[in-house]
Amino acid sequence: MSSAFAIEARGLSKDFGTLRAVNSLDLNVPRGQIYGFLGPNGSGKSTTIRMLCGLLTPTEGNAIVLDTPIPGNSKDLKPLIGYMTQRFSLFGDLTVLENLQFISEIYSYPSAQREKRIDELLHRYDLVEQQKQLAATMSGGQRQRLALACAVLHHPELLLLDEPTSAVDPQSRRDFWENLFRLASGGTTILVSTHYMDEAERCHRLAILDHGVKVADGTPQELQAATGMHIIEVSAADPYKAQTVIHELDEVASVTQLGIRLRVLIPERYSQATERVAAALAAQNIEADVQRGAATLEDVFVAVTLKPKGDLN
Amino acid sequence: MISVSRIMAIAKKEVRQLRRDRLSFGMVVGLPVIQMLLFGYAINTDVRNLRTAVADQAQTHLSRQFIAALKQTQVVEIIESVDTVGQLDDLLRSGRISIGVLVPPDFDRRVGQRSRAAVQLLVDGSDPTILGVANQLRSMPFSFDVYPPTSSQWQFLEVRPFYNPERRSPVNIIPGLMGVILTMTMILFTAVALVRERERGNLELLINTPLSSTELMLGKVMPYIVIGMLQLALILAVGRLLFDVPVRGSIIELYLAATTFVAANLALGLLISTAAKTQFQAMQMMVFILLPSILLSGFMFPFDGMPSFARYIGEALPNTHFIRLTRGIMLREAKLAEMLPDLVFLIGFTLVAMGIAATRFTKRLD
Repeated sequence: MSSAFAIEARGLSKDFGTLRAVNSLDLNVPRGQIYGFLGPNGSGKSTTIRMLCGLLTPTEGNAIVLDTPIPGNSKDLKPLIGYMTQRFSLFGDLTVLENLQFISEIYSYPSAQREKRIDELLHRYDLVEQQKQLAATMSGGQRQRLALACAVLHHPELLLLDEPTSAVDPQSRRDFWENLFRLASGGTTILVSTHYMDEAERCHRLAILDHGVKVADGTPQELQAATGMHIIEVSAADPYKAQTVIHELDEVASVTQLGIRLRVLIPERYSQATERVAAALAAQNIEADVQRGAATLEDVFVAVTLKPKGDLN
Repeated sequence: MISVSRIMAIAKKEVRQLRRDRLSFGMVVGLPVIQMLLFGYAINTDVRNLRTAVADQAQTHLSRQFIAALKQTQVVEIIESVDTVGQLDDLLRSGRISIGVLVPPDFDRRVGQRSRAAVQLLVDGSDPTILGVANQLRSMPFSFDVYPPTSSQWQFLEVRPFYNPERRSPVNIIPGLMGVILTMTMILFTAVALVRERERGNLELLINTPLSSTELMLGKVMPYIVIGMLQLALILAVGRLLFDVPVRGSIIELYLAATTFVAANLALGLLISTAAKTQFQAMQMMVFILLPSILLSGFMFPFDGMPSFARYIGEALPNTHFIRLTRGIMLREAKLAEMLPDLVFLIGFTLVAMGIAATRFTKRLD
């Protein structure tokens, strides 16, 4: 019987020597959705993805990926998964067409339909003009389209994308996500790791990882509604000076400067947060406009990955 | 302006990196020691214990006295006694002996008359060093109780060089050089093959596909077997056209031997590839295979002249066995069937190395 989840992980952990890269991760990825992994570098995103496709053996815990137990014989899983590595891993000294042909042969794609499938992918991923070009000579965006075309060539049920957009321009990123939505609407489950907030916002669901621990999990809307923080926006002529003053306040969890504006997070247990900030600034004769703001995913991220204030720097 | 502190910064960084690169550090210490040992022990023109068979057709007191005296010289080591010249020929051709000693039935009479040579040495002349040693034997005095010792006036021993009567060195060198060239190129190709894909990140993609380790290994090796065959054809053609090196035996058997040898080297290269982390490391490891393959394989120095531990190392190298096969087939017109142990070694080596390589290469990153 097939599960409603493409991926179910329980207590997944991975140690590298004394470092615990992933710590007791629970995960439910529904089928046919785009599930995001948001987290800074070194938060355990790649390690988790590599465990889920059988490249790394979990130190503890287990998972069921497309009804296949992990750890276990991941051989049966390979044909069902498409994997896009963080680093471009196709052959730079082969042309676009040759790379696609190679992948179709490795996956034993029915030879009668190979040519048709490759032609379809060349068109879908806008690589028709580049098909005779060596992969190494292409731009970041073109390479990324080729990598995606190769990853989906064999119609995988599950697509694992490890920071697929880290080396491409904003326009290419937007196009890339259009392609992901099309694939998801066709029934493909997509697990994508990123450190871009705007990309995380586009996922159906996402998990935020920090130092190998899952610190939040839900739809972007759920997460934004449950930051547990007052969000206060401060505009000041001298934002740096204002920041210094606000940072002194005990109740302030975080201050971030965005141009001339400051974004202040104060835990919800404190009442009248806006007034407290305004009063502190007025006491130092700093002219500023203080207003409540709506939570963004970035605020969520800051809130859940917050360290005790004394630990900063 | 040249800044001393900047130069020192580079130098200090270089030393730090070198200390962390264990293999490079090993080369700094290991290469001189290994080279000294290899050259010191292998370069031994004072060859002793050449494998020898005796056909004593006289079977007299005198002939036995002569054979005992021959043993005493320690130049030869008599490993077999046979009856006929034909048997000596067979042993020479199969490479089991380097010298055949023929004592004719009328040995006693010849010693008495002192007009004709009393003993014939049938020598594998394809190796000039061995031929030289045989010629030295000629000038050694032998004494017989009732007669005065042999002297320079009487040609007591007659040396009959086989296979390379003109004593041209290319004839001996090129069959061996074939092995060295193939070792170099074949190991080089495959040793970097997997490492390069790991360095470029291709491997992470490949191991996430249904491709199995064995499929990957076999696919990697196949094209190079063909390339090896082409190289062999090229070497044979150049050897023939420029140096007039013959192929006296069967060319098909030569190719058969070369196929197993190429496969053995490719398997060894893959094994290196599973152990090395970078292409540079793979090259370093290759040097440690290549040096003994040149020095201890019998290519440069006669195998019999090396001390036993060097011979043990030599026996473990594919090149040693291939050189025996090529010299046998090309120069002595030997049949593969006469040299089966060397062929079996190469096949066995390939299977073992390939097996270890496929096991070592797991489809995992940890």
